[in-house]
Amino acid sequence: MPTPTTRRRAFALAAALAGAAALSAPAASAAGRADIARPASSGVHLQQAPSASGGKTLTVATNGSIDSLSPFLAHRALPTAVHRLMYDFLTNYDAKDDHPIDALATKWTTSPDKLTWTFTIRDGMKWSDGRPVTAEDVAWTYNLMMTDDDAATANGNFVANFAKVAVDGANVVITLKQAQSTMLALDIPVVPKHVWESHVADIGKFNNDAQFPVVGDGPFILTGYQKDQYLTLDANPNYWRGKPGFDHLTFKFYKDADAEVEALKKGEVDFVYGLTPAQYDSLKGQANITTDKALGKRFYALAINPGATTKDGQAFGDGNPALKNQQVRQALMYAIDTKVLVTKTLGGYGTVGTGYIPPIFATYHWDPDPATAYSYNPDKANQLLDAAGYKKGSDGMRTGPDGKPLTLRILGETNRPDDTQNAAYLTEWLKAVGIGATTSIVDQGKLGDTETAGTFDLAFDSWTVNPDPDYVLSIQTCDERPKTPGKSFAGDDFICDKDYDALYQKQITEYDQAARAADVKQMEQRLYSDAYINILYNANSLEAYRSDVIGSWEKQPQPEGAYWGQDGYWSFWSAKPAESASSSSSSSNTGLVVGIVVAAVVILGGGGVFLLRRRRTQTAEERE
Amino acid sequence: MSITVPAPPAAAATPPPPGGAAAVRRRGPAIPLRYAAGRIGGAAVSMLAVVFTGFFLFRIVPGDPVRAMTRGRPVDATQLAALRHQFGIDKPLIAQFGDYTLRVARGDLGTSYQYKSSVSSLIGSHVWPTVYLVGTATLIAALLGLRIGVRSAWKHGSRSDRANTGIALVLWSMPTFWLGLILIVVFSVGVGPIPGMFPTGGMSSPDVHGLLPSFWDHVRHLVLPCVTLIAVIYAQYLLTMRATLLEEIGADYLTTARAKGLRDDDVRRKHAVPNAMLPAVTLVFLNLGTAVSGSILAETIFSWPGLGSLFYEALTVPDLPLLEGLFIFFSAAVILMNLLAELLYPILDPRVRTS
Repeated sequence: MPTPTTRRRAFALAAALAGAAALSAPAASAAGRADIARPASSGVHLQQAPSASGGKTLTVATNGSIDSLSPFLAHRALPTAVHRLMYDFLTNYDAKDDHPIDALATKWTTSPDKLTWTFTIRDGMKWSDGRPVTAEDVAWTYNLMMTDDDAATANGNFVANFAKVAVDGANVVITLKQAQSTMLALDIPVVPKHVWESHVADIGKFNNDAQFPVVGDGPFILTGYQKDQYLTLDANPNYWRGKPGFDHLTFKFYKDADAEVEALKKGEVDFVYGLTPAQYDSLKGQANITTDKALGKRFYALAINPGATTKDGQAFGDGNPALKNQQVRQALMYAIDTKVLVTKTLGGYGTVGTGYIPPIFATYHWDPDPATAYSYNPDKANQLLDAAGYKKGSDGMRTGPDGKPLTLRILGETNRPDDTQNAAYLTEWLKAVGIGATTSIVDQGKLGDTETAGTFDLAFDSWTVNPDPDYVLSIQTCDERPKTPGKSFAGDDFICDKDYDALYQKQITEYDQAARAADVKQMEQRLYSDAYINILYNANSLEAYRSDVIGSWEKQPQPEGAYWGQDGYWSFWSAKPAESASSSSSSSNTGLVVGIVVAAVVILGGGGVFLLRRRRTQTAEERE
Repeated sequence: MSITVPAPPAAAATPPPPGGAAAVRRRGPAIPLRYAAGRIGGAAVSMLAVVFTGFFLFRIVPGDPVRAMTRGRPVDATQLAALRHQFGIDKPLIAQFGDYTLRVARGDLGTSYQYKSSVSSLIGSHVWPTVYLVGTATLIAALLGLRIGVRSAWKHGSRSDRANTGIALVLWSMPTFWLGLILIVVFSVGVGPIPGMFPTGGMSSPDVHGLLPSFWDHVRHLVLPCVTLIAVIYAQYLLTMRATLLEEIGADYLTTARAKGLRDDDVRRKHAVPNAMLPAVTLVFLNLGTAVSGSILAETIFSWPGLGSLFYEALTVPDLPLLEGLFIFFSAAVILMNLLAELLYPILDPRVRTS
């Protein structure tokens, strides 16, 4: 017969289990609900459409995050990449060399005055709900962005120069306010008018994650999304360029890159990107894993404060006046050994910086003449500084014509590990030529505030470049400086060079690609010799995939481009399953885990019963 | 991490005579009204202070939300200005404070800058994963820690006491991040004869459907992050319980109980432990209050979609409405749990009622 003590114990155990079960219940019921696709009223939900079971799945590990799945609102890289898979754009970029090719538009013409562009929309394309894709969908999407501020949140810049967008049969006719050479680089997802019309009223808050599958016309159809957990897509069987090789594409969210690497080793995910050199090296030579070192689309630069000014030329901030002198700026570049930065900071995974546009974009990339390039040359740096009037004192440090010591402040960001390491090297190299340096590595917010206030001398700067270089060129023009001192601005570094601006205007109206590329290269040359912003290096894009799951897939551009971060959908669209790939990616060891848990329960339960019995048969005296 | 145990009410200083509880219970309600009203009033004042400080606290965070959100994106000045206007951050600070106060008074926590969703729906979708993980871990850690703590104190100085305290302290001093990664390598990927049994991260798999398989899938995902958290936090319960029970152990009333011939088990369970429970109860409730704020480290290493990482993401922008909303929510949870603990004292310990 159970004693009161054992009854209490049994009750306590039951209460504990009930507590744990109660805590599990919400999540479990959420999981139950997750199986039902349903409309919801707000932006974030637990939901998932039942995707067709079976078929081959390609699982991508991502540490990106999704701000919105609405093409009108999303700013971040991950949703932008997903939109490329869900919606076709007017034009696409060729997988081999990034040149603009057909997509929604099959052909295009321009008027003699360069102000009218006529795009012919592909015949026979269908949305995933069976309705035809028409010129009206394109015009409606663009017009909405031109007339509604909320709809212009993400991509308004692309239509800012549009005067009118009209439909003429199967054609979309766009009239411009002034000529614009970037008309084949309109990175705007075109949405189905018949679906989105009902969301116009709340376009600023509609996140396009209320009902699955989401109607689209790209190579994949979005079938489910659970915030910070996963996003699922199914292949569009009717895609005009051909059905993708994998039936399902899943993005699994990770917050820690080391866990991603472990997941790849285990086979829980099939592709990881954005690896650090150490992670990349650890995956090299592993069975069934292929590593890929690609050219990166990002540049990493040293921005020199030219003396902050507003659009009207009003000076503010406290940038060191020595940096207004071109000789001083060039001396800095001769003092820096960029080869060492590539070897040490990047572990050799990168290329030494040259022109402003990264080498991956061969059409627009410019390389300086080796004779005049800023190669590491402290003697030359010393000569330039002497000539500029900054003489070395007895302690080896330089003072300016005003008698003040030449000391520069280096600004970096905590989130970018490169900055800390590079600042240490930079300090040493500057000291070697007699320039003092102080470093502050701060968080992103503080960095932004300091840059905006113009209270820095040197700052590390990094941008991702698109196949069309217009945007990164535009941020260095006079017009992109702030309107009011100390206020945020769209530009990068307060640079104002009238000759550079004249070239910028020339390239934006030049419709001949070769002629435009020549203009762009001249601009890069100009930036290089101005030495306000100098590319230190272009880091490689390091990625790895399971070769037992992915048999083949395309890079962009070829042969040195990457699988992730393409300006197109080529990798995921072209990916073919490996011969050995199983039809299910589930890596559940359910049976094993069940066995282990059952064994544990038996052992613990048995032990518990034994102890209870033992205790019950003992008296207090025996135990004492 | 540090052990901070608020002092329980001063009346707990002397143990009651056996049978005293029954005697007091006859004299009044389980929770004296004046006591309860005082505690509830205090909590309300704290909540009001939280709402006001919530606004100004995050205005000190450096950074321009619009610039941070659009970083690296091709946006022009018109788009930036439109976003600033939409967020209302182009208004003077005092006007923004007015908007905020009116909004919070209506029970509206606002719309997140970056997610374009209402802050309450964001908190709603992230709070269960957090409570599921941190709540389960806190409960198990408390049960485990308190039980071992009682045993250790009762047999203090024994080999099992030294071993238990030692193990708990070693686990406590381990970085959560490191321990989590080791568990992933060993039990997710598998090392040598140990097979990879558990997922490397996340809360569920996209390809599992049906109530029972989904439940099982959730449990599999929960094991490693939960074990990591338990390992790191159970020591505080163990040490608190052990220390308070040690103070009781030499008390006269325990000698009396033993002299009456009571079994050792009963002496411990009925007499010693109840008198040593107050600090432990405070600790459990405080931790349950902070449980909703999640564990950023465990959530990060196991990619758990909880509130801790949401707060971190909000801070990097800074997403002011989300930060303010989370701050109010976290503070409210701690204040509420603290209030519950204080209301429980008179029930757990009659001395509080008589004070």
